[in-house]
Amino acid sequence: MARLTIDRAQKRFGSYIALDDVSIDVEDGEFLAVLGASGCGKTTLLRQIAGFDKLDGGAIRIGDRLVSSSEQHVPPEHRKLGIVFQSYALWPHMTVAENVAYGLTVAGVRDPERARRVAAALDLVGLNGFAERRPGMLSGGQRQRVALARCLVTEPSLVLLDEPLANLDVHLRASMEEEFSRFHKRTGTTMVYITHDQAEAMALADRIAVMDRGRLLQLATPSMLYREPANITVAGFIGDGMVLPATVLSTPRAGRCKVSVLGVEAVVRCRPDQAVTDQAKLCLRARDIGIAPSGREGLSAMVERLSYQGGFFRLEARPAASNDLVLHLDAAEPAPAQAGDVIRISIHDGWVIPEAGIMDKAA
Amino acid sequence: MSLADTATLRTRVEETGLLWGLVGLVALLSLLPIGRLVVEGLAPGGQLSATALGKVFASPATWTATANSLVTAISGTAFAVLIGGTVALLATLTDIRARNAFTFCFVLPLMIAPQVTALAWLQLFGPSSTLLKLIGMAPPLGSRNPLYSREGIILLLGLQYAPLVFLTLRAGLRALPKELIEAGLAAGASPLTVLRTVVLPLMTPPLVAGIALCFVSCLGNFGIPAFLGIPGNFLVLPTLIYQRLAGLGPGVLSEVAILSLLIGVIAMAGILLQDFMMRRRDFRITTTSSAARPFELGRWRAPIETLLWTFAILVLALPLLGLLSTSLIPAFGVPLNAATATFGNYAYVLFEHAASKRAFVNSFLMSAGAAILIVLICVPLGYFIVWKKSRALRLLNLAAELPYAMPGVVLAIAAILLFLKPLPVLGVSLYNTVWIIVFAYLARFLVLGLRPIVSGYLQIDRTLEEAAQIAGAGLPRRLATIIFPLVAPAAVAGALLIFLTAFNELTVSALLWSSGAETLGVVVFSFEQGGDSTYASALATITVLVTVALMASTTLFAQKLPQGVLPWRD
Repeated sequence: MARLTIDRAQKRFGSYIALDDVSIDVEDGEFLAVLGASGCGKTTLLRQIAGFDKLDGGAIRIGDRLVSSSEQHVPPEHRKLGIVFQSYALWPHMTVAENVAYGLTVAGVRDPERARRVAAALDLVGLNGFAERRPGMLSGGQRQRVALARCLVTEPSLVLLDEPLANLDVHLRASMEEEFSRFHKRTGTTMVYITHDQAEAMALADRIAVMDRGRLLQLATPSMLYREPANITVAGFIGDGMVLPATVLSTPRAGRCKVSVLGVEAVVRCRPDQAVTDQAKLCLRARDIGIAPSGREGLSAMVERLSYQGGFFRLEARPAASNDLVLHLDAAEPAPAQAGDVIRISIHDGWVIPEAGIMDKAA
Repeated sequence: MSLADTATLRTRVEETGLLWGLVGLVALLSLLPIGRLVVEGLAPGGQLSATALGKVFASPATWTATANSLVTAISGTAFAVLIGGTVALLATLTDIRARNAFTFCFVLPLMIAPQVTALAWLQLFGPSSTLLKLIGMAPPLGSRNPLYSREGIILLLGLQYAPLVFLTLRAGLRALPKELIEAGLAAGASPLTVLRTVVLPLMTPPLVAGIALCFVSCLGNFGIPAFLGIPGNFLVLPTLIYQRLAGLGPGVLSEVAILSLLIGVIAMAGILLQDFMMRRRDFRITTTSSAARPFELGRWRAPIETLLWTFAILVLALPLLGLLSTSLIPAFGVPLNAATATFGNYAYVLFEHAASKRAFVNSFLMSAGAAILIVLICVPLGYFIVWKKSRALRLLNLAAELPYAMPGVVLAIAAILLFLKPLPVLGVSLYNTVWIIVFAYLARFLVLGLRPIVSGYLQIDRTLEEAAQIAGAGLPRRLATIIFPLVAPAAVAGALLIFLTAFNELTVSALLWSSGAETLGVVVFSFEQGGDSTYASALATITVLVTVALMASTTLFAQKLPQGVLPWRD
């Protein structure tokens, strides 16, 4: 078991900065998800940890061992970690058993010990009848299981998973998600899971590192990430957040403060050190707002579009006070309004994005 | 130092060692011979002198041969472009049937040795043509075979290399995004207008590349002008070098070195032109769409198919029939019929004639050996070129092209210069042994193996190698257990190309052979020069059979190959 320490990692490709001072501490036995859109640097980060590329600055340690820095580079074959590749990367010229046994053979493990461990690994992923098949004859889910067995048979202390579910059908994903989770609990292996799918990351990870344009935006538990995004980008990315300009009217009490947003007052969550300011940004989610009960005051907005989501409607509405914003909210059947109607929106929850996160966006 | 760091160090030593070993090897095979030749041209015998240079440039034979070379190469290329270009357009863009079979037949002449082509066509015409006698149409005795002429050489060069133009143009046509054609048709243009205004302008780069390739091949061809030109004393530069070298006198090596540099310079002009046009190709927008839907020929389909097949049969089957018929008669001039037909010539070349028997063994072993060695070099070489993107090796990738792009005589002369004296330190001489030919094969055909292997690498998902690396496998083990099996189909294709080319070649071994180190090409050539056309034909027929059989055998694993690796596969 090992902790993984990434300390101010930097990687450039020509003038393009792929990793910009990324620091992440992964605890021993932790399941960390690295989340971001394509091109955000998450795959570059994985390749640095694995050792496929050389670091331009900073350092990466696995356990106590320095594996990557601008001066030192331990090649991938000596890092003793496991990877599950997005494309599975099963060797087509070997049987399932040979694929799984490869790492053991390289490490000098011989039969019968090797055969025993291969059988145990295949048993673990529920593929014990498939040892003599070729990878080409397996389904996507089965290939993924073989890749997992191959990765875990050598009992690496650190496992990297590169978008392992991206090539699978939706219905297979759920069962594989469960499988990864079960694995993590059983083996206690430190896992770094690269993905662009936030639902996947939230369901699996102990903590999530959100990346954008080579930078680490926030590293937090899924719940913290959703409830208290550290900056505008994370707020907009996670859970379809809407970011609105707001004025903080009161100092926080019990984690909440009074804000004014688009001329309407509301009480929302904030940091305990949130200062009174008229430059604040408020993060709202569809579930934080709703159509105000008649007679109550609310934000006046015109409905632009309704789309049926099954059981409820998603409304898109443009506030009268600010024409370049679009709010979205959910409303139960039957449709409470039509396109072109003016509704009043009430705000019952929200999160004031910390000041540092606003500056960050401007930079 | 900890245990892990020692392992890291060992990995680095292994990788750098392998890399620089390959760099050294490719430099030895490509840069050294050409460099040695240039040195000889500037400083014959080791001393800076212009005597040899002046002698060569003052000789009228030099300029006659240069003019002949240029005329035959340019005219032969023009003829090849006309045939190869037309056939490529028809066979790639239209809906003719049996495309695979046609491609095989049309490309086959390229795989048959030029000297065999020349021999076959000679058997077809002329007063002693067994085939013409068979149908009573042979010209009167004493009349000259019309192929012993400049025009004969141009005709055969054109036919030999038309498939080369066909192949480059076809590759270009296949990369043409179908949207471009469809957009033209949608705009209301007729297929012919689209061809003229869209397809042909876009095909300029591959066409020019094909022309340059064809020109260099015509220029360096030895077999055709040797069989058709030497009897009528019509000499081109390669045959002039051959004759000069045969009449070995003082200073002759320096003179032929200068002559071969002259060919090299002319060939280089062609290569630079090709390089220039190839670079233009990068400016094109490439889309990843499937190939264009073929134009429907409608009622023209049957006539055009007939035309194409007639042509293929004319240039392929007729000369081979000529060759076959001559190989079956007991003596040259005897008409072929049920009473005279004999397998005696085959028995003679296979079992009796000592040099011919040796040549089978030599050609087989040298070709197979070169093919295997080149594959063993090219698999790790391709790894560094494609995946490690090593700059030194990218330059060497170009260097590896040099000995193949240069006419064969250039490399042969360079090899003589290199190995005439015993090897330094070892004190062993390779000259007058099979090893000098093996060296020349390795240098010349390296790129034939490298190209398919590189395209094989480009098709492999790199993560397959990375997965093995993560599993702890070092580079040598990854090469042996993961990479080699994955590129094996492409490597086999490359090996086969090398084997076929080397098995049939004459250009290099004509200058490098010695008693005991004959190749099949050399023996066919000396049979024909000695007037033994029947033996020459029998031997040539056997090489054609071996070639066709090996080409056909590739259908067994063709599905696993990247497209375009084997020229004769559609």
